[in-house]
Amino acid sequence: MSHLTDLPAWAALGVCGLLLLGAATTLIGSLGLLRLTDFYERLHAPTIATSGGTILICLASMLCFAVLQSRWIFHEVLIILFVTVTTPVTLMLLGQAALYRDRFEERQGVPRKPKPERENSP
Amino acid sequence: MRTWFPYPLLSIALLVMWLLLNQSLAPGSILVGLFLGMVLGWVTLKLHPARSRLHRVSRAAGFALQVIADIIRSNIAVATIILRARRVPANAGFLTVGLDLEDENALALLACIMTATPGTAWLEYDRRQKILLFHVLDMQNEELWRGTVKRYEAALKEIFQ
Repeated sequence: MSHLTDLPAWAALGVCGLLLLGAATTLIGSLGLLRLTDFYERLHAPTIATSGGTILICLASMLCFAVLQSRWIFHEVLIILFVTVTTPVTLMLLGQAALYRDRFEERQGVPRKPKPERENSP
Repeated sequence: MRTWFPYPLLSIALLVMWLLLNQSLAPGSILVGLFLGMVLGWVTLKLHPARSRLHRVSRAAGFALQVIADIIRSNIAVATIILRARRVPANAGFLTVGLDLEDENALALLACIMTATPGTAWLEYDRRQKILLFHVLDMQNEELWRGTVKRYEAALKEIFQ
């Protein structure tokens, strides 16, 4: 961490900007969980944090360590890859679970299950 | 070779990932990476994934750029909606659109893209009637959302089929 003083001013500014932007994006995403009212609406909020916030913070980290040349920057690439691939799976599961429950309880405003065709149904 | 590594590309990717995570080329790491690739290859074999052919890989780069641009745009749009949610309640709703994608991997990719994009969430795909049910946060323009999904579908179709 003591090497951080070696960072030139332009890089430090860039890293700061990216970090602040990423943190703000993550904060907005978390705020969304609080402010949006419906479960389905809340599904959209965490994707901001994962798609925007994580990538910006990882970019900041990449820029910092690329300029310092203290280590390889592939870890961040892997983080971005895994977060973008795994989050949708969780969200889809949550969405389907919510849909199933709401249909079971016959809540208003939730689309019905499409009628299965007779000849294809087992 | 096929019995040891049923999915060579997957095993190579796992090996490379393992070496990158460890950031070393020591014989021990390579050995563990090879073992990992082998075991997870067997596990994947048990899952019976559908194999699909990539036809126009050159189209994939343009499609990726388009998706990234869309994600950035919808990030900003959803952030504004959240920040204004106190005064203007979000105008969310369910939408359905007919899809004509056969390839399972293409469908999976489309699901990942749509859920990773803030503002759209994949909910349910009816395989028999080929109807996708999804949820959008901003219902201002239904046709615009349907058009976006159709655009993705066309691009994926071109790449996969």
